[in-house]
Amino acid sequence: MLDVDKIREDFPILKRKINGHPLIYFDNAATSQKPKQVINAAVDFYEQHNANIHRAVYTLSREASELYEKAHEEVASFINAKGMEETIFVRGTTEAINLVAYTWGLRKLRKEDEVLATLMEHHSNIVPWENLSKIRGFRVKYARIQEDGTLDYPSLEDMISKKTKLVCVSHVSNVTGVVNDIKKIAKLAHEFDALVLVDGAQSVPHMPVDVKGLDVDFFAFSGHKMLAPTGIGVLYGKRELLEAMEPFHGGGEMIREVSYDHSRDRCSISWNELPWKFEAGTPNSCGGIGLMEAVRYLKNIGMGNVANHEKALTDYAMGRLKECEKITVLGPKNPKEKCGIIPFNIEGMSSHDVALLLDSYGIMLRSGFHCAQPLHQLLGLKSSARASFYIYNTKAEIDRLIMVLQEIEQV
Amino acid sequence: MSVVDNYVARIDEACGEEKDLIVIFKYDKKDEAIKKILEKAKKEKTVSAMIFELTFRNASFRVYATGKAIFRKLKGKEELRSLLTELLS
Repeated sequence: MLDVDKIREDFPILKRKINGHPLIYFDNAATSQKPKQVINAAVDFYEQHNANIHRAVYTLSREASELYEKAHEEVASFINAKGMEETIFVRGTTEAINLVAYTWGLRKLRKEDEVLATLMEHHSNIVPWENLSKIRGFRVKYARIQEDGTLDYPSLEDMISKKTKLVCVSHVSNVTGVVNDIKKIAKLAHEFDALVLVDGAQSVPHMPVDVKGLDVDFFAFSGHKMLAPTGIGVLYGKRELLEAMEPFHGGGEMIREVSYDHSRDRCSISWNELPWKFEAGTPNSCGGIGLMEAVRYLKNIGMGNVANHEKALTDYAMGRLKECEKITVLGPKNPKEKCGIIPFNIEGMSSHDVALLLDSYGIMLRSGFHCAQPLHQLLGLKSSARASFYIYNTKAEIDRLIMVLQEIEQV
Repeated sequence: MSVVDNYVARIDEACGEEKDLIVIFKYDKKDEAIKKILEKAKKEKTVSAMIFELTFRNASFRVYATGKAIFRKLKGKEELRSLLTELLS
């Protein structure tokens, strides 16, 4: 059980009032709020340890380097990667997926190949592949979705073939909260010698994730959705794959040696070891250290407890939303098939109307396509409002949401 | 400075098929802007003196006491600016 009152004490922003009402933050699928432990870690880094990492021999630089390396180790342990060499720090999920597209994909994918995604993907797991397909000529195919928003597994099985070189799939849909069976998908992909890239932006913050157990090849997630600062995220990759890949960006830090060959008038370059080979330039050290603190915070609570808490909130909210006459809850009706994300619409209102009305009462939630337009098209939706929960949300906040929604129904 | 720029901080085209246009009034001018709009537009409904359902010309829109407004089914920002110019003059 989570001590939610104690947790809420750690989040200064939750003491705010918005438009005269206590803030209720239900847009956690977009980004999470930050506990004072993470905020203090960032302040402490800049006040006590700030220096460029891996560049200098003096004390501050060594301290900063050690903290940044420790952050990699702790994040690797959090997702059960083999070690920090499999844990590349990037800006976020989007950059992680683009890294795979423009390193592995650019060199490996040929005209006759196929990339198999699903129609529930966030744009960040569609656009890089469509863009790259214009350069490399391969085809992007999309596994279908059922009416309730769950993945149509037989369609995925029908579409996969020896032409498939990569399967790209979300662990959890950012619109419906549907949890995909990644282990099953990875097993299927590997039977066809395809790799698997998982968008874990909506899973790592909310449930225990074991990349080794899932047997995925690449796994991407963002720090800012799991209490860490913005601008830091992670690409997990199996070591042998990462070692075989060329770097993404070129510059300092990612090289071992750049030597000028006078006879050829050229520079020859060798790469640094993992993970630094993929972390060109001065990194977001403060973000990485913030992410480490966020991971410590979540580990201290226990990811199983986080998942159970959100499950209880989802069950409760799904039940209470049935009391609202004009509201249609989208996605699966069975809470067991999903995480703490609830999309809905109110008859006769656009989702933005709903979000603005709720904003007047201090309730923050998202409206629109949520960067998943194909899924909305497929479900026949013009847009949707979305409530998404996290560790600091309470049943009392859901009661308040329902009360305001019932008022809104009368507008 | 145009009358719209005098009162409006930003106009966002919301994502979604509806293509709603969201207007955020400048914080220190929002009460004045809302007062002007309420004088000119036809009030269809008011909720708790916080939310005003309005029509003006052929446009239907909602204004919030929090300083935001949502305009529906307009052709684009140009039409919105033209309506706002009339409403805020």
